[in-house]
Formats: sequence, structure tokens, C-alpha cells
Amino acid sequence: MATTSTSLQSRVSLDRRIKDFTFTTFLSISIVASLAFIFYIIYRLYNNAGFLLSWDLVTFFPSYDIDTAGFQSSIMGSIWVVGFATLFAVPIGVMTALYLEEFAGKRNRFTALLELNIQNLAGVPAVVFGLIGLAFIARGPLSWGFTVGSAAIVLAMLILPVIIIITREAIRAVPPSYKEGALALGATHWQAVSKLVIPSAVPGTATGTILAVSRAIGESAPLLLLGALSFVTFNPTGLDSGFTILPLAIFKYASDSREEFQVLASAGSLILLAILFAMNLFAILLRDYTLRKRNI
Amino acid sequence: MSMIFRQSQANKVSKEEPKKGSSPMNSSATRKPSEPLKFVDPVFTLKDVAVSYGDFVAVSDVNMQIPSHDITAFIGPSGCGKSTLLRTLNRTNDLIPGAKVHGSLFYHDADLYHPSASAVEVRRRIGMVFQKPNPFPKSIYENIAFGPKVNGRPKKSELDDIVEKSLKSAALWDEVKDRLNESALGLSGGQQQRLCIARSIAVEPEVILMDEPCSALDPIATLRIEELMAELKKQYTIVIVTHNMQQAARVSSYTAFYVTEVNLTSDRRTGKLVEFNETKKMFSTPDDERTEAYVTGKMG
Repeated sequence: MATTSTSLQSRVSLDRRIKDFTFTTFLSISIVASLAFIFYIIYRLYNNAGFLLSWDLVTFFPSYDIDTAGFQSSIMGSIWVVGFATLFAVPIGVMTALYLEEFAGKRNRFTALLELNIQNLAGVPAVVFGLIGLAFIARGPLSWGFTVGSAAIVLAMLILPVIIIITREAIRAVPPSYKEGALALGATHWQAVSKLVIPSAVPGTATGTILAVSRAIGESAPLLLLGALSFVTFNPTGLDSGFTILPLAIFKYASDSREEFQVLASAGSLILLAILFAMNLFAILLRDYTLRKRNI
Repeated sequence: MSMIFRQSQANKVSKEEPKKGSSPMNSSATRKPSEPLKFVDPVFTLKDVAVSYGDFVAVSDVNMQIPSHDITAFIGPSGCGKSTLLRTLNRTNDLIPGAKVHGSLFYHDADLYHPSASAVEVRRRIGMVFQKPNPFPKSIYENIAFGPKVNGRPKKSELDDIVEKSLKSAALWDEVKDRLNESALGLSGGQQQRLCIARSIAVEPEVILMDEPCSALDPIATLRIEELMAELKKQYTIVIVTHNMQQAARVSSYTAFYVTEVNLTSDRRTGKLVEFNETKKMFSTPDDERTEAYVTGKMG
């Protein structure tokens, strides 16, 4: 054996190996950098305000007295506003996506124009939606005032294009053979879509929607224009009640001159991050669960 | 088992005996223009059928009849339009934007492409099994029950009967009867394809179109499907597209051979029907030289 001339040693030149190594190192550094950033933020926040974390934080209402100040009304406000925004945006978004993917027929100028506008809409800065909401919903023709309803509609406008795009992706990912098979059995187009395409597109749509919604929770700019930056000491009771939201409550505490309130703002940020992480985790678990269920 | 046997005529061929040697042999391609096969009460009658996508003509000048309660095979090289033609028989081609059918295509005495003909009704009567097994991401039971459910509101007991009967007809019952509620995606490829056949049987079609049903299967699974087809032709008319000439020879009674003709001036490729004859004749003494070249492996 020792006399054989077979060599399994690498014949890849040093030059190529260096390139290979440099590239993988670069990739590793990128991912470490982005993760480190997140962990640093969490670490700083926790170091700063970790001692404040208790149920009091979420059960107390805003107050000028640091000992009884909390985030209940803003957390509830965020839930109400984002909840209604989701309620408005999901049905409209899903139906629009279904229409575009399944029923609009051949690509023509009309659908091309629709598509272009949806892409554009997804790129419109949030504050512009806020201005539209201020001019047409809070004031102007609708005059709903600075209420949960106005805010929910503005946030719905904001996440609608994202939901449409995500749902279209999910519908496109459904194998066309499902629909073909259903049609070959004498199903109508709607039966094929409602019994096979929609159920198969639900996981993708749901996870995408959760991600869109978790973005909406952190959104503050448009609601700044809709009166959310106010001292609200009550939970919303309906679409017509006043409100504040968590990001703006944090902003309000952070801009207080007293240091204890700035620490309270850090604690609020931890709550916001916790909510976002929980939602993203839920989206991931949902995706894994539905994938596993489909692959048995 | 209330199987409705349609009057099963033994597809008498009323083809006139071609006068041998009476036509000149000057045509390089065809030995003689073959008389088209004629059947008593054919399921499909195609006259000058052409299918185009936009201004591309996929297949043209197809004249043929397809007999009932028998297996007809479409063979030919890739791109000769045989799958396209199969898909026009149950209006599956309608789903492709720009597809258009010319000429006349009759199902019994009804015009398949008459404006009043409903593609949904056509597809209920004329089922289709695809190249790649395409079970729905549902349980085995729900896969079979899907067709009956979309076509009406059967009772649970009726559904149970349909599921059992269909799976038995597709020779799958014994393998799956204990796991009807498990996902159909867990079956093997051959089982999935038999499930798809069972699924089309469940809506009691008259015709089952099969588009290369075995091309994704191993030889043993292929054999099982072929045995199944031989069994099914007692009740159903089957039209099968296949790339496998031995398969056509084994299972079918009649074979249609298509080629791609290239127009030298425009470089356009169009599928043409070369010959439609009894399978035995196609594989022994075909009328057309091109058929002989193809089935003996000299072409294609």
C-alpha cells in the first residue's frame, strides 16, 4: 500500500484556498456583526432597566409619579390599533392577492398598472400615510378625530401592500398541479381555489402577515400625526376612543428630563422587544408546524 | 357494485379494405394515404383539428375517431403535439392563456368547444391523470372524496362507498384500507398514481385521459398501472399519451403516431398525425414509412 502513488492531498492552489477562506470569514463576520448589534441593544437595555421589570410595569398607567408609572394604556392602545389594522388589512389584502393571482386572467395593462402601484405603495414612507390619515380620516371628509379607528385605518394602509405581496408569493408557491387535478375532476375554478389553493397558501400568508403586523407594532411616525403622542391614562374602549401606543409612550418617557423616567423608557423598550420577539417566534413555529404537517 | 356497463360494442372497424398497390409510390414519406379508421359510436370525432398558442400552431390537420371502451395510445417524438391534443380532449388546454382550438372536436354528438359547452361539465365526464402523480395534500380518503364533494353533496355513507369502490377499482384498497386518514403524500409514487386514477374514477367519468402516467414510475409500478388499465377499459374509454413504445404496444388497441413537421421556409414546427391504426398493425406492418422508422427505432 505504501508504494502506491495515489495522493488524496488537496491540489487546490494556495491562491484559491485563500480566496475561499477570506470569503467565508467575511460572511461569518457579517452575521456576527448583525447579531452582536441586537444583543448589545438588549444587554444595554437590560442592564439599564432590568431591575424595573415586573408586572407593575404593564399594570400601571402613565403617571407623573415614577412609583406608579407604567405602560398599560399604551400596550392596550397598541393592541387595539394594530388588532383593528390587521382586521381591516388581512381580508382586503388576501382578496386582492387572490384576484390578481387567480382571477385577473391574462396580464394586461390594467393588472400591470395594479401591480406597479402595489409595489409603489409598499415603498411609500409611513409618515406619508400618516399625513393622508390626518387629512382625510382624522380631519377632512371623515373627521373621525384622533381615535383608534383613524389610527387602525392608517396602519392598515401601511401593511396592506406588504400583505398583498406576501399572499401572492404564497399563492404562487402552491403547486399548479393541485388546481389542475381539481379541475380535471369537474371542480369549478372557485372550488379549486377555495378548497386547495387557499388552504395551501394559509401558512405562508399567516407567517408573512405576522411579520408585517410586528412591524406595524413598532411603527410610530404615522400615529405621531394622529394624536398618539399624548398622556392617556385609560385603555381604549372602542374605535372612537383616544389612544396612545407603546413606541410613543416610550418616546414620551425618554424625553422627560428626570432620569428615572428615562430608565422607565428603557424598560418599555424591553417590553416592546419582547412582544416583537414573541410574534416572530410564533411566526417561525407556525411555519415549521404547517410545513411538518404537510410533509407527513 | 352497481357498475353501469354501457352497451359495449366490440368497436367494429368499418374500415374499407385499402386497395393494395393501387397508389403510386412516388411520395417519399407515405406509402399510401391510409383510410381513416371509423368506429361505431366513437367517443371522440376530430375533424381538421388544430391547436395554437398565439400564432404558434402546436398541432394541425388532425382527423381521427377514438373508440369507446378501449385504449387508444398517442405516440411520437417530443414536441409533436400529442400531449397538447390530449389536453384539448377535456378542455384542460383552455387553462393556458392564448391556447385556441380550431376545426371540430365532437364528444359523441356534442361539440366540445361549442360556446354553450361548459368546460367544468366536460372535465367531469372526461377525467385526466397527469404525468407526475398529483395527490392533494389531504388524507387518502379526502383525495377520493374530493371529486364527489365538488360535484354534489353526497352523504357520508355514500362517500364511504365511493371511496372503497374507487380504491378497489384502482387496485389500491388492500394497501391503504387501514390508513385512509393518513396523508396521501406518504404513499409511494406508484401508489400515488393509482390514487390519482382512483380519484378520477370516483366521479364516474366516461373517459380517462392519461398523460404519460408512468413516466415518473419504476418498472414494477408501471406494470401495475398497465394491468389496471387493462382492467379499467371494460368500463372506461382510455386515451394514453406515452413515450414508451413498448407500453403503447402492450396496453393499447389503437395507436396514433404523430411527428413534428418543420416548415423549411418559416422554420416553424407543427405536430401532424401521421397514422392512426390498430396497434398490432402499427407495430408490424404500418401504412406509413415514418411510422415504421419510429417504431423500429430508426427515428425519433
